[in-house]
Amino acid sequence: MTDPGVPPRPIPLPALLLVVAVGGGLGALVRYGAVVALPVRPGSLPVATLLVNVSGAFALGVLVGLRPHARWLRPFVGTGVLGGFTTFSALALEADHLLAQAPAVGVLYVALSLVLGLGAAVAGLRVAAR
Amino acid sequence: MTVLLVVLGAALGASARLLVSRRIAGERATLLVNVSGSLLVGLFAGLSPRGYALLGTGFCGAFTTYSTFAVEAVQLPRPRAARYVALSVGLCLAAAAAGLGLAAWAV
Repeated sequence: MTDPGVPPRPIPLPALLLVVAVGGGLGALVRYGAVVALPVRPGSLPVATLLVNVSGAFALGVLVGLRPHARWLRPFVGTGVLGGFTTFSALALEADHLLAQAPAVGVLYVALSLVLGLGAAVAGLRVAAR
Repeated sequence: MTVLLVVLGAALGASARLLVSRRIAGERATLLVNVSGSLLVGLFAGLSPRGYALLGTGFCGAFTTYSTFAVEAVQLPRPRAARYVALSVGLCLAAAAAGLGLAAWAV
């Protein structure tokens, strides 16, 4: 096992792009599954995106806490899978729609995304540090 | 079919995010991808279901990231973290609204 404190040899860019692209595709596939399973209803909380972002923030916290410099795991799972799984664009678009349709739900959505998402990142880092 | 479009768009979006993060250091890269991806998703919101699957759910969804945003924010010193969170939310929501407005104006 390599020393987790030492940055690894860089991966050549074509291989890195491939790893991140495959991971990103997989992560987005799971996110799409969540959106299909829990469709957004106008005026109500977008539960799928919220679950995706909160769980993805927790998982990245664990990965960064445990193996910050893992040569293949960090780009594949961190940049690829979790980057493709979680999303800020859907959060922004859904929040804009809600703020126009049901402002209180829109404010709640943004607040929950931040409190639960940032809390999950802290929790993931703490779990990894134990 | 739709699933394949999401995966293809996401593979491109995640790769594009990687390229940005190699040129710009730290959380500024994440802010840039999140704000520009939010502008694009607003532009793409009115596309056909297949077009949105490829470019919105796929490309913009994977180009932007919440996980990196959250982990960066909780590791920054407090004043900088607060500014980062406020800028991310404010600029991304404004960018998505601007994208929606631009798309409505262009069509």
